[in-house]
Amino acid sequence: MTSLLSVEGVTKRFGGLQALTQITFDLPEGQIMGLIGPNGAGKTTLFNCINGVYAPEEGRVLFHGEDVTGSKTYKMAKRGLARTHQIVQPLEELTVRENVVVGACFGRENHSLSSASEIADEVMEFVGLNARVDQLAASLNVAQKKRLEMARALAARPYLLLLDEVLAGLNPSEISGMVEIVKKIRDRGVTIIMIEHVMKAVMNVSDRMIVLDYGQQIAEGTPEEIVNNPQVIEAYLGDPELAKRLMGDD
Amino acid sequence: MKNWRKHLGVILPILVVVGLAIWPTLVDSISVREKAFTILKAVALASSLNILLGYTGYVSFGHIVFYGFGGYVGLYFLNEQGWSIWASLLIAGISAGLLAFLLGKAILRLRGGYFALATIGVNEAMKALINNLDIFGGPVGMTLNFKIYKTYGGAAEALNMAFYIMAGLALASVILSYLVRVSKFGLGLLAIRENEDAAEVMGVVAPDAKTWAYVLSAIIPGMVGMLFFFKNGNVEPHVAFPLHASIELLVMVMLGGQGTVLGPILGAFAYQGMRGYLVTSDFFKDIQLSVSGAILLIIVLFIPAGAVGWLRHRFAPLRRVLP
Repeated sequence: MTSLLSVEGVTKRFGGLQALTQITFDLPEGQIMGLIGPNGAGKTTLFNCINGVYAPEEGRVLFHGEDVTGSKTYKMAKRGLARTHQIVQPLEELTVRENVVVGACFGRENHSLSSASEIADEVMEFVGLNARVDQLAASLNVAQKKRLEMARALAARPYLLLLDEVLAGLNPSEISGMVEIVKKIRDRGVTIIMIEHVMKAVMNVSDRMIVLDYGQQIAEGTPEEIVNNPQVIEAYLGDPELAKRLMGDD
Repeated sequence: MKNWRKHLGVILPILVVVGLAIWPTLVDSISVREKAFTILKAVALASSLNILLGYTGYVSFGHIVFYGFGGYVGLYFLNEQGWSIWASLLIAGISAGLLAFLLGKAILRLRGGYFALATIGVNEAMKALINNLDIFGGPVGMTLNFKIYKTYGGAAEALNMAFYIMAGLALASVILSYLVRVSKFGLGLLAIRENEDAAEVMGVVAPDAKTWAYVLSAIIPGMVGMLFFFKNGNVEPHVAFPLHASIELLVMVMLGGQGTVLGPILGAFAYQGMRGYLVTSDFFKDIQLSVSGAILLIIVLFIPAGAVGWLRHRFAPLRRVLP
C-alpha cells in the first residue's frame, strides 16, 4: 500500500522541553488515524510539525513521498494538506461563505472566486452551515465555528485532513453528527488524522491509532490493540474496565 | 443589467470623484478648483493607503514616503531630463512601487506596531537621504523650470491640466481599490487582516500578497506627489516627507471606514472640509493637528470600523451596496 504521509523520527524541542521524541509512523491513503494522549502529550505539536507551523529539529516528514520537512504552511496547503485548529481561528469580520471561499480559492485546486463559491455552497451544505452563510463568522457559536473550520478545510479539497479536537465542547447529538461527517469525508477518499479526547468516538472511526505521552510514541495499533495495551491504560485510559467499556457496544 | 447590479458598489464612489472633477467647471471658479484639487489628492492618497491599511490590516505610519520619493523622481526626470509630464508620472509611479517592493521584502515580516514604527523610520531615513542627495538639490530641493509650463500652454493651462490629471488619478485609485476589494487577491488580503497565521494555513501566500498590496498602495501616491510638485513649481525635503500628512491620511481612512471602498473617499472629503474650516478659524488654526489627533483617538476608541463600517454593521443589507 502506498503511504500518503510518512513521519520519520520527528523530534521537536522548545528550549529544555522535549515536546516530541522520535515520532515515526506511516499513514496509508484512505485511512483514519486517531491520535490520542493526555493533555500536553505533544499531539498538536505533531500536527504543527506536519503542516509546517514548526520545523522539527530532527527527522523528516514525507508527503506523497516528497520530503516536505519544514515547508511553509501555505506550501503544504497547496500540496493538499488542510487542518482545523483546536482553538478555532475564524476570520471573524468575514462572512461564513467568505471564510469557506478562502479555503477553496487558496487550497490545493486554486479556484477562481466563482468556482470557489460553488464549492463553498456544497461544503457548507455538507457540514450543515447552509443556514448561516451570510452571517459574520464572529457571530457563530463554538459548535458552528468548529463546523466552519471543517468546511474551510474541506473546501480546499485536501488529500490529507488534520482534525484537531473537532468534537471537544460539543454535546452528544452534535458529536454523533460530526462523527457522521468525518466518516463521510473518509468515504470520499480523504485521508484523516484526528486528535481527540472523546474516546468512544475516536475508537469508533479510527482504522489505526497512535498514543503519545510526554512526547513519546507509546503505542500504535488498531483500536482493539490500543485499549488492551497496559502502557496506554496506565498513561491515559486509567481504568481497564473503562477501556473495555469503550470497546463494547454499550 | 445583471452586471450593472453586480458592480453597484463602485458607482457611488465613482460619482463622487466625477462630481468633484466637474464641480469647478460648473461654478467656473479657480478657488473651487483649488479646493477640489486638495480633496481629490486626499481621495487618491487615502484610497491607496486603504489597500494596505484597510484590506491587509497593516498600519503604515509613513505612507507619505511614496508620495515624496515618487514625486522627487518624477520631477527630476521632468525638470532635469526633459521628459514629458506623462513619462514623468509613469516613472514616479514605478519608482514608488519599486521602493515599496524592496521595503516590503524587508519590513513586511514585522507585524502590528513594529511594522508601523518601521514605516516611520523609513520616512525619516528617506528624508535625510534626499536632504543629502545632490542630484535632487539637497536641502534646497528642486525648482521647476517654468518654461516647462509653456509646453502645456502656459501656467494657467498647465495648472488646469494638473487638476484633471489629479481627478484621473483619484478615479484610478478608487477603481483600483474596488477591483482589489472584489478580487481573489483582495480576499486573500482580507484573510491576512483577520488572521495571518490561519490565512497561511489555508494556503494564502501571505509574504507575496502583502508585498503586492504594499506596491499597489504606493504607485498612485508616487504619481500624486509628482503632480503636486509640478503644480507647486518646487519641492523641498520637508515638503515632500511630512510625517503629519501620513497621520492625516490615517485619520481620513479610519474616519470614513477602513477596508471599504467608499469609506476613504468620504473620510478624505470630511477631513479636508474640516481642515479647511480649522485652518481659517482664529481659535483652531494653530492647533488643527491636535484636533486630528483627538478625532483619531475617538474613532479608535468608539467606532473603530469608521463611518461606512459602522453603517455596514448596523444595516446588513448595505453590505451589498457598500463593499
